[in-house]
Amino acid sequence: MTGLFELLGLGASAELLSLSGWGGNLLRGLANSLQIAFGAFGLGLVIGLFGAYGKLYGGKVTRDLLAIYTTVIRAVPELVLILILYYVGSDIINKISEGLGGGRVEINGVAAGIWVLGVVQGAYATEVLRGAIKAVPVGQIEAAKSYGMPAFMIMRRVTIPAMMSFAVPGLANLWLIATKDTALLAVVGFNELTLETRQAASSTRAYFTFFLAAGFLYLMVTLCSGAVFARIEKWARRGQPSLKGGTR
Amino acid sequence: MDSASAAASALETDTRREAIRVEDLHKSFGNLEVLKGVDLTAQQGDVVAIIGGSGSGKSTMLRCINFLETPSSGKIVIGGEEVAMRGDGSPANQKQIERIRTKLAMVFQQFNLWTHRTLIENVIEVPVHVLKVPKAQAIERARELLDRVGLGGKEDTYPAYLSGGQQQRAAIARALAVDPSAMLFDEPTSALDPELVGEVLTVIRDLAAEGRTMLLVTHEMKFAREVANHVVYLYQGRIEEQGPPAEVFGNPQSERLKQFLSSVA
Ligand SMILES: Nc1ncnc2c1ncn2[C@@H]1O[C@H](COP(=O)(O)OP(=O)(O)O)[C@@H](O)[C@H]1O
Ligand SMILES: [Mg+2]
Repeated sequence: MTGLFELLGLGASAELLSLSGWGGNLLRGLANSLQIAFGAFGLGLVIGLFGAYGKLYGGKVTRDLLAIYTTVIRAVPELVLILILYYVGSDIINKISEGLGGGRVEINGVAAGIWVLGVVQGAYATEVLRGAIKAVPVGQIEAAKSYGMPAFMIMRRVTIPAMMSFAVPGLANLWLIATKDTALLAVVGFNELTLETRQAASSTRAYFTFFLAAGFLYLMVTLCSGAVFARIEKWARRGQPSLKGGTR
Repeated sequence: MDSASAAASALETDTRREAIRVEDLHKSFGNLEVLKGVDLTAQQGDVVAIIGGSGSGKSTMLRCINFLETPSSGKIVIGGEEVAMRGDGSPANQKQIERIRTKLAMVFQQFNLWTHRTLIENVIEVPVHVLKVPKAQAIERARELLDRVGLGGKEDTYPAYLSGGQQQRAAIARALAVDPSAMLFDEPTSALDPELVGEVLTVIRDLAAEGRTMLLVTHEMKFAREVANHVVYLYQGRIEEQGPPAEVFGNPQSERLKQFLSSVA
């Protein structure tokens, strides 16, 4: 048994991946990645909600600005956007800081990652949510109006819950993209999972082991996310008889 | 303002019982003038049936009364309170509109129940969130109302699992839950299979019998004749003829009404 382990190099791999060693670094990278993905997804949802309402009900200027935002963000490759947003963002913060008489500011990696990816996610979320809001039968919103609900209550009590079933599949995709886009942040030097993996691999020369381990971690994130979103979708679709007539 | 208040005091005995008054209501969609000066008064307890061909402006009139559509001009008085309007007919005070809307419960042709909420959640939604009734109290009342429209036991069912007739009865329970001073029905049975029409009409008939004020747009002439105490015939955005049902249905004066009645009979 141990012979087989040795043969496959698993013993060495296990040692390399131990939590006190490089494995711990990978997990810390994963935690960073998830933190950024979570924050970016949340920021994207907030931007997306305002963006969708702005596109649907805003004035001409609002709509034009939003159209530019969603078009540009979705047209330019994410890697380029990340570089632009990161350097522009840190530049602006430093200018402000210097203007206020302070020195250069150390940019918090997680916050910067959330800002950069959140702006990207927001563009996609705007479109996902706009489509979902438009899919809500107008009669449901009219009913709410006709019973004296104020606009914000209609959004909170009727439009958002009613659009969820249309939005969840698209949002699930966005979440998965967010988890994987965190890897792009390696280019600006964040210690997220991919960068940690690269460092571990090049220090130990065990490329195969570490990239396989990282792939496994990304896969686990996707699988868990799938399970969570399946539950959310089921909840969002409450009240809608399913096409198959089953529970799924 | 002075002449208006003088006129109002002359009608004082009337206005105290007045539920809905519409004066010279106009409504255009772009170049299309849909309502061309409609006057209508409903006293408390009145059941006013509104009949007329498709496209004559029945829905638009009903929807202008609770400002789902913005009137182009005219005056709307609900329970003695005049709705403040701007020059373009749009409401001047959104809060007032929202308050008045809670008194005018609307029942739609397509039911428009909130599909992500169970029947009881639909019925308590407005009482709890708009009228701030304590939840336990709202639930108790909602159960009574659902029972009353024959949906006892369906409290926790979602609308999509019910027949059209059941959904419309639930929508009526939702309307009753706000304790409306008047109810607006827009062709409540037009989307229903013929065999389901009767169950909804029975509920509406009971409401009429207990003295509810209602405006009822309908194509069910027999029913209108039976429950209404006033019938209004709308033709191309004007009231062509109106009166007690026996007159309007039994002895129509205008050629158009005669034609309309023979076409729907
Ligand atoms: N939102 C709208 N925009 C443009 N035209 C409308 C709108 N709503 C109704 N109309 C038009 O107004 C006319 C009257 O409509 P409606 O009040 O629904 O008639 P009814 O309920 O009597 O059948 C119709 O010609 C219809 O096409
Ligand atoms: Mg109509």
